[in-house]
Amino acid sequence: MSMAQTSYLLRWKDGKAFKKLDAYRAAGGFRALRRALAMKPAEVVDEVKKASIKGRGGAGFPAGMKWSFVPKGDGPRYLVINADEGEPGTFKDRYILSEDPFRVIEGAVVAGFASGLTAGYLYIRGEFAEIAHQFEEAILQARKGGYLGNNILGTGYSFEMYVHAGAGAYICGEETALLESLEGRPGRPRLKPPFPAVKGAFAKPTVINNVETIASVPVIMEMGGEAFCKLGVEGDGGVKLYGLSGHVKRPGLYEFPMGKNLKELIFEDGGGVLDDKPLKAVIPGGCSTPVLLPDEIDIPMTFDSLKKAGSMLGTACATVIAEGTCMVEVCRRIAHFYAHESCGQCTPCREGCDWMSQILSRMERGAGTLDDVDLLLSISANIMGRTICPLGDAAGMAIPAFVRKFRAEFEEHVKSGRCPFGGAAA
Amino acid sequence: MKLSFSAENEGRIADLLRRYPDAQACLLPALRLAQEQFGYLTHEAMELVAGRLGLPAPEVLSTATFYTMYNKKPVGRFHVQICANVSCYLKGSDLVLKAVAQELGIKPGETTEDGLFTLSTVECLAACGTAPALQVNDTFHEEMTPDKARQLIRSLKEGRQ
Repeated sequence: MSMAQTSYLLRWKDGKAFKKLDAYRAAGGFRALRRALAMKPAEVVDEVKKASIKGRGGAGFPAGMKWSFVPKGDGPRYLVINADEGEPGTFKDRYILSEDPFRVIEGAVVAGFASGLTAGYLYIRGEFAEIAHQFEEAILQARKGGYLGNNILGTGYSFEMYVHAGAGAYICGEETALLESLEGRPGRPRLKPPFPAVKGAFAKPTVINNVETIASVPVIMEMGGEAFCKLGVEGDGGVKLYGLSGHVKRPGLYEFPMGKNLKELIFEDGGGVLDDKPLKAVIPGGCSTPVLLPDEIDIPMTFDSLKKAGSMLGTACATVIAEGTCMVEVCRRIAHFYAHESCGQCTPCREGCDWMSQILSRMERGAGTLDDVDLLLSISANIMGRTICPLGDAAGMAIPAFVRKFRAEFEEHVKSGRCPFGGAAA
Repeated sequence: MKLSFSAENEGRIADLLRRYPDAQACLLPALRLAQEQFGYLTHEAMELVAGRLGLPAPEVLSTATFYTMYNKKPVGRFHVQICANVSCYLKGSDLVLKAVAQELGIKPGETTEDGLFTLSTVECLAACGTAPALQVNDTFHEEMTPDKARQLIRSLKEGRQ
């Protein structure tokens, strides 16, 4: 029997609106905050640890543990919510922000209280200007309602929140690049250590969480960490948003407990491949997660199981690719993306991503050589592990997966001197 | 010519300065305000931002040139930005791009002679579930088709949007 959808984070999908403060409150909003504020901060951290929720931005670091890394002490310390959603294939956080903004604010205040933080910044990608504007309105309303600002709900705890918009750089989704960007500089990742928990925004202790992680916090506080954990699987607690895009009959956002079967997600919930074509490949969680073949997708979507399959859960927003699609062209677009988005400070990533993008462009035009196929593998291997941040690694994992799994198709482009699918690089 | 911020933008900058522990952190939002007021970021506009925030001009230039959303040359009143990444490509974004380019008579990266439209391809807009997607200035248009895109351009031309 297939796994039933849940609606903790996607409760607005049934048509009910939570955008207004009154509606949010009427649905039990800020109950979780009241509960948290009545506890000791360390007890709140423990609840989130018990929930066993791994970070929803893609890296999967346990959120409760992250919160406990903030050293004790006085002075400013920050929460930064990563809303720089831009991993190709991913489209979940924008809906949380636009449909249920107070959930994010409530989760932020709980996180702030638990880790002893003084202010929060929502770092939102610049393209989401309209959502950013709506969110600023929500902050104003929450402040008026006594849920933000000085002496929150009369408890003596004070926490401010602001929106900071990016300006079109995917790299700023990487947490230390994001901090640079928040501070007004180019988004070039920092070396770690020091880790942001010790020296983050404005050189102060900082917790950085993804939007979905923060939105899950009120759910955790409402039902208790253990109950939330039990919704998921061993080691991977709770519910999760899953996305479907590409060649699928019912694209969109879904919510299931952790461990939803990827094949079931595509063929049952998603209705199968568009035009009933055979499935050719699936990118499981954003373009940085290595592509899977149809016989590799009958697996639960957890951080561990995708890793075992040689890929990653990433953002759990899967891209479905039907038979008849040119994989060299798909790979070219991905390589072009990394070349365009590399911040340029590490030579292997800056030069390597651009080199691969050029090779794939000529290959798609039919002007590649057989040596180029292996050259892609060699360049990838030489980027891996030689850069400050994971952007280079992402390219270095994603591209060879296409080459290895569809090698015959790459070679066909060379041998026939053209794209066998009739395409040519735009 | 020496530029200055409008009274409204001066107020916004004063508000920004209260949000962050230092002035440099106001740089991204201040550049955005400058771009909104002056249309694009000229050297003079960047110097204005530098002066207002008390930052060295090269620091401002360094940040402004790193980010794609800061326009260093004039763009049309309607900046049509079409996603060319994988999910949109799979759902036919090339055809949408071709239709818009034909309708406007320009290629990606170009601006129409009347200064009304600039056409660009962009990376993922996080609208993959409703692909193909494009943005006109800050507004998303999703589940596009070549026909819908042509109609959108026509309605913008006629001032209906």
